[in-house]
Amino acid sequence: MAEIAKIIQEKVERYGRKRNALIPILHGIVSEKNYVDNNDMVRVAKALDISAADVYGTASFYSFLESEEKGKFVIRVCKSITCEMKGKNKILKALEDELRIKLGETTYNKKFSLLQTNCIGLCDVGPAMLVNNEPYTHLTPEKIHDIISDYRNK
Amino acid sequence: MSNKELKRADIIFSPYSVAPYEILKRTMKKDKEHVINELIESGLRGRGGAGFPTGIKWKLFAQEQESERYIICNADEGEPGTFKDRKLLVEVPRKVISGMAIASWACNAKNGIIYLRAEYKNLIPGLKKEIEIFNEYAKKFNLDFTVDIFCGAGAYVCGEETALIESMEGKRGEPRNKPPFPIKKGYLGKPTLVNNVETFATASMVCRYGASEYKSYGTDDQHGSKLFSVSGDSPKEGVHELELGMKISDFVEEYGDGDTKAVQIGGVAGFCIPRKDFDKTIIGEGNTTGGATMIFNSTRSMYNVLHNYLDFFAEESCGQCTPCRVGTQQLLKGIEAVKSGEKPESYLDDLIKLSKTMKITAKCGLGQSVTNSFTSIVKNFREEMIY
Repeated sequence: MAEIAKIIQEKVERYGRKRNALIPILHGIVSEKNYVDNNDMVRVAKALDISAADVYGTASFYSFLESEEKGKFVIRVCKSITCEMKGKNKILKALEDELRIKLGETTYNKKFSLLQTNCIGLCDVGPAMLVNNEPYTHLTPEKIHDIISDYRNK
Repeated sequence: MSNKELKRADIIFSPYSVAPYEILKRTMKKDKEHVINELIESGLRGRGGAGFPTGIKWKLFAQEQESERYIICNADEGEPGTFKDRKLLVEVPRKVISGMAIASWACNAKNGIIYLRAEYKNLIPGLKKEIEIFNEYAKKFNLDFTVDIFCGAGAYVCGEETALIESMEGKRGEPRNKPPFPIKKGYLGKPTLVNNVETFATASMVCRYGASEYKSYGTDDQHGSKLFSVSGDSPKEGVHELELGMKISDFVEEYGDGDTKAVQIGGVAGFCIPRKDFDKTIIGEGNTTGGATMIFNSTRSMYNVLHNYLDFFAEESCGQCTPCRVGTQQLLKGIEAVKSGEKPESYLDDLIKLSKTMKITAKCGLGQSVTNSFTSIVKNFREEMIY
């Protein structure tokens, strides 16, 4: 709660109490708790003096501004054509087996969420994925095991 | 049109033989109008995909009267198969920033913003350091220009300049009606110059070498060199800088795996060129593309390729205009129905008509360009769509 208020205040100080502060604020909230819930949206709307519907409209438009609860580490596997050609589905299967969840789900301990995303600009080193902001390339099912193990300890 | 042989160029990624900010310093000693004219003379076109002549854009921007104006570096490369801008921002960020600074000086704009796509968030710390270094130089050169980073939030359509501006204003990334163009009314209603990352880097190189030397690269229709993001069935994936004007066959010989069936040029918004048309020029007269080239060999099903593209378009359509929102979904459903036998083969022709209607009626480049890959794949690989 307090953190969210602080994020809003910081961004408002930097960008002004204007709508251009909206996406930076939402980014701030997402990096704090991985998603923006309805209460946050209302609070942001008040801070910027715009309607909560406008905040929701913007937040729901962008794929990196989640409005439903997500795990601490959001995994986004690239599903664009070249990554698909290089075995994206095998990677996805390996992740599902490793995390014991299906695509789109979050682990029970709220640690990992598994999503697909469109091109992340790593086509020459695919198959690729992002874990939060960190890119992973040349993926193989074996590598998945190691990467996830590392994150389990974080 | 005359063709050139495939030739590697080394302009954009060459190491800093002359420091990029030295180019800025030297350029600032010249006459502003002269510099803009040099850029027009060089024939440089926007490297993001639309290919608008860069010098003319700068000239129009410089002529605007309002003093509050913005320079935006479009680093929202979302086109599947494109990754050159990432490499530029990692390897030669100073050439990019120097290009922005030259634009700022030539067009009297004090505020610069790099619109970085959310997928490249991990580049922010490195870029911030580079901006600090630039600030030192700007102070030394008495250049009143600040560079900020604005992080996008994951939307392909925001590569379109007016959608990008909407997004910076905290709105949904829905393209605006044009005119007015951003040059007149852009960010916050003020004149705004939006150029791609590669365009800024190249502009700085044009200032370094001069228009006549830059023009000696390429052909009469397409001047200079260009970065190609090569991916797919290729043993040489990566970013390659090539002189413009080569034939596709030469490109395929160099970068293909010996079994190339088709090349997708310009990303999913571009054209899919089948083997029988490989004698064409890779980027033809007038149009330039973002340089995304995806190579498919004969083991690939073109139905799967097209399905993947349409899935992408249907998801990334902003939903604002009906032709694009409904059209992308209907094309996707349509090819599925033909494949499953639910619809006759001739339905493909109806779908081509639909995609052509989208070209005329969609509001922005996203919906307008779906027909490029759709028609080129359905026409050239019709049997793969059916069986």
